[in-house]
Formats: sequence, structure tokens, C-alpha cells
Amino acid sequence: MTASPPPPGTLRQATRADALATEMPVGRTRGWWGMVFLIATEATVFALLLGSYFYLRFQSGRHWPPPGIEKPELTKAIIMTILLLPSSLPVVWAERGIRRGQPWRLRLGLSLTLIQGLLFLSVQASEYATNLKKFTITTDVYGSLFYATTGFHGFHVTIGLVMVAWLLAASLRGSFGARHHDRVTIVALYWHFVDIVWAFIFMSLYLSPRL
Amino acid sequence: MTVQTEPDQRRPEVAELEHAWHERPSLRTWLSTVDHKRIGRRYMVTAGVFFAIAGVDAIIMRTQLSRPNNGLVTPEEFNQLFTMHGTAMIFLFATPMFFGFGNFLVPLMVGARDMAFPRLNAFGYWVFLGAGSVMFISQFAGAAPDGGWFAYVPLTDRPYSPGRNLDVYALGLLFLGVSTTIGAINFIVTALKMRAPGMSLNRVPLFVWAMVGTSFMVVFALPALNLANAMLFLDRRFGTHFFDPTHGGNSLLWQHLFWVFGHPDVYIIVMPALGIVSSVLPGFCRRGVAAYPLMVLALVTIAIISFGVWVHHMFATGLPFLSYSFFSAASTLITIPSGIQIFAWLATMLRGRIIAGVPFLFAVGFIVNFVLGGFTGVMFAMTVFDQQVTDSYFVVAHFHYVLFGGAVFPLLAGVYYWLPKFTGRMFHNGLGKWAFWLVFIGFNTTFFPMHVSGLLGMPRRVYTYPTGLGWDPWNLLATIGAYVLALGLILVATGVVQAIRRGPAAPDDPWGADTLEWATSSPPRPYNFAVIPQVHSLHPVWDERSREAMATGDVLAGHRAVLTSELDGDREGPVEMPESSLLPFAAALGLLFVVLGLLWGQYWLAVLAAFAVFITLARWLWPPHRTPEEAGVAREGRAP
Repeated sequence: MTASPPPPGTLRQATRADALATEMPVGRTRGWWGMVFLIATEATVFALLLGSYFYLRFQSGRHWPPPGIEKPELTKAIIMTILLLPSSLPVVWAERGIRRGQPWRLRLGLSLTLIQGLLFLSVQASEYATNLKKFTITTDVYGSLFYATTGFHGFHVTIGLVMVAWLLAASLRGSFGARHHDRVTIVALYWHFVDIVWAFIFMSLYLSPRL
Repeated sequence: MTVQTEPDQRRPEVAELEHAWHERPSLRTWLSTVDHKRIGRRYMVTAGVFFAIAGVDAIIMRTQLSRPNNGLVTPEEFNQLFTMHGTAMIFLFATPMFFGFGNFLVPLMVGARDMAFPRLNAFGYWVFLGAGSVMFISQFAGAAPDGGWFAYVPLTDRPYSPGRNLDVYALGLLFLGVSTTIGAINFIVTALKMRAPGMSLNRVPLFVWAMVGTSFMVVFALPALNLANAMLFLDRRFGTHFFDPTHGGNSLLWQHLFWVFGHPDVYIIVMPALGIVSSVLPGFCRRGVAAYPLMVLALVTIAIISFGVWVHHMFATGLPFLSYSFFSAASTLITIPSGIQIFAWLATMLRGRIIAGVPFLFAVGFIVNFVLGGFTGVMFAMTVFDQQVTDSYFVVAHFHYVLFGGAVFPLLAGVYYWLPKFTGRMFHNGLGKWAFWLVFIGFNTTFFPMHVSGLLGMPRRVYTYPTGLGWDPWNLLATIGAYVLALGLILVATGVVQAIRRGPAAPDDPWGADTLEWATSSPPRPYNFAVIPQVHSLHPVWDERSREAMATGDVLAGHRAVLTSELDGDREGPVEMPESSLLPFAAALGLLFVVLGLLWGQYWLAVLAAFAVFITLARWLWPPHRTPEEAGVAREGRAP
């Protein structure tokens, strides 16, 4: 093997045996990995919850929702989606800001996310208020699944918001900067997770019964 | 073989290190310690106590079944006995015991000073202690779970099981799940980030690989059990209908969720045991385990395939035959990686120079029993055979060969093998050999006859049986075996206590073994390694360059450890390790009150306690105060 090395930046250089066998140092922290695995296990819970939803739905007969319950109302769910899905963007912006040593971006971004998350929860509360007049968690298995799944997600949004609020409080005290922002990265990961899970819940619980 | 790997204790750097890691013995440090070795020993002792209690349950059952129409216990008591025996052995003994081994050994084997998250580790132990205590105290209160260890609905749903018994089951296991999950994540991250420099993935000891494989299975399997238990609790307490067919629910959902967890759980229990066997053999065969890359591949393959076999627990439920064929094939497939391991161990012995010490005896006993359990396992993978013997004593025989033969034998091998490292004392060899033969003979006398009584039609979980069915002699034989087995286990416990109290001091490396835990003192100092090892091979203690690096390297000062890269183990730099703290204990105590509040239906208490847990966690994770310069805040107009 005496051939001259291929020029850097080319595909041939990047796929050479030694390039593939060499680990690029990325400096992931222990906390980052810990959060990744926490998210992995929690994502499995949501996957199984949605799996149980479809299992029970397809085992329960032709009508879904069962007779007596109308198909899920979409207006509020769409508002909730519009509120929650983009709420990851301020977090990303805030995290990039603190990497450059700009705490004001961190504070502003987290505040925006906090507001979006709180609005999401209040729309969910009003949706519950309407729905509970029609069916409850004990009406039948549809009610049990609907409230358990959305409630479990709402609980995760609440935990995520507590984390964001906690981070905001810590950032006001001035603990973060370009050299120290592990906790920001970790909370951001969790928030993205909570956010993405909603997309799956929206498609499964709200859109799929209308297919 | 004596190896001088520790630098001289009198060096001033080492004295400074002793000071930085010293914990003054007091009640406060007892509650606040984050030392992985103390926590690991606690896990093992606590799990050992739970093993003893669940073993007494078994002895009572065997006594009741020794002859037909016996009236030692009532049917209700018998239900609680077999449920608690199974639940405790699986959840409160096996997994926590191996987590105890892992806690003590994984950081030592990878040459680290502690786990990746020492405080979380302490928290995990306290949660385990709380969950175990709740479940066992319920037994003394006569309200223990009584629906079998897999708690099938509809039997366990409200109308058929009123009372608190099954609430204890659902909440106790959810509570315990917190501990198991964070323990698993801790093992994975420790193995990824805390390995000594130079320990690339192809130099990681097999026991560490096994703990990582187990932990990955926990991360993806335990959610199914947690979800099932949460649904069961909601069904029972708040009137939901997940498992209630009259309102659109489905009772098979429980079985699917339970076994999606339950089958990987068999490997969650057995895989660390396989790792122990792979650790014990090199020292007693004077060579490394044969086919290391295949062994690693086998562990990873088992961890993956174990998720695709759960329906073989449901062959008698009337699912479509096509699914039976698929799961039957998958269940047969999993014998291949298991077989690779067995043959690799046999090859190790064949190519090695055997020294038949007590740990080696238990390792060989494991191979014999595990192969027998695996053999009946292949029989169960055949749907037609399974449907004939399911829920009979044949199943009881099979899973005891797999779980006692496959997990407890290696565990006992591990107890004898690492006792010098855990306690700094040597055990009495003769006592150990007596214990081995009693356990081996007792085990086979107990469980082999169950194959026969099972084939003769004796169903599991019956509290008594009439005479004249041909079951009497086999049951009597099993009961006699159970007493012999108990005697053997008492000898093991006696041997451990005797070693701690009167045993001669253990050398650092009594077996001349190959992994890094033998390169430090017995028992290890609180900082494990004064010099962070530089690893040059898979067998660092047998390797001249690694030994020399440890003997001549620089002492890493302060309460610090070294981080390395995930794949190649390149040094990334030292990090400050967390000091001891009372917060993990406080958080676990808070969580205990959440569980008790839910159990007693005092929801205000649960909410209040949950709030206290949040406050504790917020305090725990609060970042240290930094000046803008330390944190790296940009000044006007220029980068930090």
C-alpha cells in the first residue's frame, strides 16, 4: 500500500479504511449519554402505549371510537400542535446562543418555550373540560386510552416545563456560558423528545380514527 | 504469581489521595456515601437477605407438597407463597444481586474510580431497598401479591382480586423499576465513558459486555412491564378498562406486555451470570476465554433476539398459528448464540490447564445444569410439545434449571471468586467444596423429579394433590432435595461469614487472573486505582506493558476520575467526581411516600411527597455558581 493518500475532503478520503476505523472525538458528556438512554426508555413507553392503542382498537370491533362517542375534535388538537411543535426552535436558538457565551439568548429562548408549553397545557385543559362532558376515563376502553395517553404526555410536558423553568432560574443566576452549558444541552434534548412524541400522538389518536 | 502494580503507599501523592477520598465512619456518611464498592456490597447483602426469605417461602411450599393431602398451609397462604417466591426471586433477588456485582466490579474492571453517576447509584440502591421492603412487609401483613409472579388478568383485576395484594404488586414493581432503569443507564454510561485509557471496545472484559447487554435489555424491555403495571393499577383503582373485555379492553394485552418484558428478562437475569462464568474461567484454566469476538457477538445477538420470542409463553392462548411458527423459529434460533458460548467455555477448558478451585466447580456445575435447562427449552420452543406440558411441573423444572442452574450457580462461583476482593479475606476451601456438592446434588434432586411429575400431569401452583396419581414419590424426592439444597446454601452463607470473621487476609490477586480488579488492593482503596491504568491488551494484568504502566505511571491527584472516548478509549481528560450527599437518600425516601400514598389511597400524601422529590432533585442538580469569566460569557464585541 504505497499509493499516495487521496486529497482531503473527498469521498474517497472519507471512506478509506483508516478513516472509517478512526473515532472522531466528539466529547459527549456522561450527562448527555444519560439523557439519551432516559429518552430511549421513555420513548419505548410511548411506543408501547401507542401499540396498545392500536392493538385494542383493532381487537375491539368495527367501530372506533365505539358507538356513543364521536370522532375526536381536531380544531383544538391542531392549535396544540401549532403551539408545541415549533417550541423546540427557541430552545435550539437559546442553546446555540449560550455556546457563544450569550446568556440573554438563553434566557429569552427559554422564556418563549415556557410560554408555548404553558399555552399548550391550557388548551389541553380546555379540551379535557369539553371532552369530559361526553366521555370519561371509565366510559370504555377508548376513554381509558385517550385520557391515559394524552394525560401521560401532558405530564411529560409538565416535567419538561419544570426543567425549562429550573434552567431559566439557574441562568438568571449566571451559571452558564460558552464553557459550561451541559445542563442546557440535556434539557434541550428532553424538550425535543417531549415535542416529537406529540406528533405521534396527534397522528395516532386524532388523525387515524378519521382515516 | 505476585505482581507489584500498586505504587508505594507512602508516596505523598497517595497520602493526599487517601485524604481526598476518605469518609469518616458515621451514620451520616453511611447514609450519604456514593462509593460504588459500598453500594455494591449493600446491593449484594440486601439481595442475599431477600433470597433467604424467598427461599424460606420455597421450603414451606416443598414441605406442604411433600405428601398428598397435606394441611400445613391454607390455599390462600399457598397462593401468596408461590407468588412472593417467584416475584422476589426474579425482581428482588436476581437482578439486584447481579447489579450489586456489577456495581462493585464494573468500575474496577474498566479501571475507573467510580460509576459514571455515583449519586444516582446511591439513589438506585435506596429505591431498591424501599421497594423490596414494601413487598416483603406486605407478606408479613398477609396482603402479599397472590396472583402468580406474572399476575395474569382477569384474575388479578378488581372483581376477582379485591384487597391490597395486587396493588402491592403493581406499585412495588413500578417503584423497583425506577431503580433498575437508572442502574442500567448507569452501567451503560460507565462502560462508554469511564474506561481506562487504551481500553478500546475490543479490550473490554466479557463481564462488562454482559452487564452492558443486560442494561440495554432493561432500557428497552422494562417499559413494557411498567406500562402493564400502570394499566393494572389504573384498572383496579380508577376503573379504567384496558384489560376488561366487557368494555372493549383485552386481557391478552396484559400477557403481550408482560412477556415483551418477561422474555428479555430471562436474559437480563442470565446474561450477567454468563459474564461471571467468562470471568472465572481464565483464572482457573490459565488462559483467556476462547473466541472473544464470538463471545461478544453472542451476547449482543442474545440481547437482540430475546425481544422476538415472547409469544412462546403464550402458545396455549389461541393466537394465529402463523405467529406460533414465527416465534417457535425465533426461540429455536436463540440456542445458536447460547451454544457458541457453551462451546467457547468448553474449548477454554480443553485448551487450558485446569485448577479445580471452588469457583471453577460452580462454573462447571453451571454448564451441566444450564445445558439441561436449555435442552428442555428447545422442547418448549416446539409449539405442539409446549401445549402438552404448559403450566405443569415440567415448566417448573425447566425454568429452575435455567434460572437456578443458569444464574445462581454462576452467582455462587462469583461469590467465591470475588470474596477476596469484596472483603479482603480468603474463604475456607473445604467448606466451599462441601457447599458445592450439597448444592449440586440438592439442586438436581429437587428439580429433576419435577420433569417426571410434570409429564405425569401434575399442574403447577396446586397447594395439594390427592394420592394415587403416581406423583407421591417424585414430590417426596423433590422435598428431600430442597432440604439438601437449603443445607448447601446455608454452608455457602456460613463460608462467607467465616471468611469475613476469621479468614486469612487475601492477597491482591489470589487467582492470578487477568482483569483489572486484581491489579488493585483487596479490598480496594476508596479511589480504586492511585495510577489510572493504561490498558494495552484484553488481559491487562497478564500483560507486561499494562503492568509496567500501572507501576510507573503518575498518580491522578484529587477527587477526580478520567473520561475516555466511547469506542477507542482515548483519554479525554480528568473530571471532578461528585462528593457524598444525603440528597439521593432523601429523594428515595420521598419516592417511598409517593408509593405508600398511592397504595393506601391517600393521594394528598402522594402529591405532597412527589413535590418533595421534585424539590430534592432541583436542589441535587442545581449548577454551581460561576463568575462570567469561569462560565465563559462573551463580553461586548468579542468571543470568550
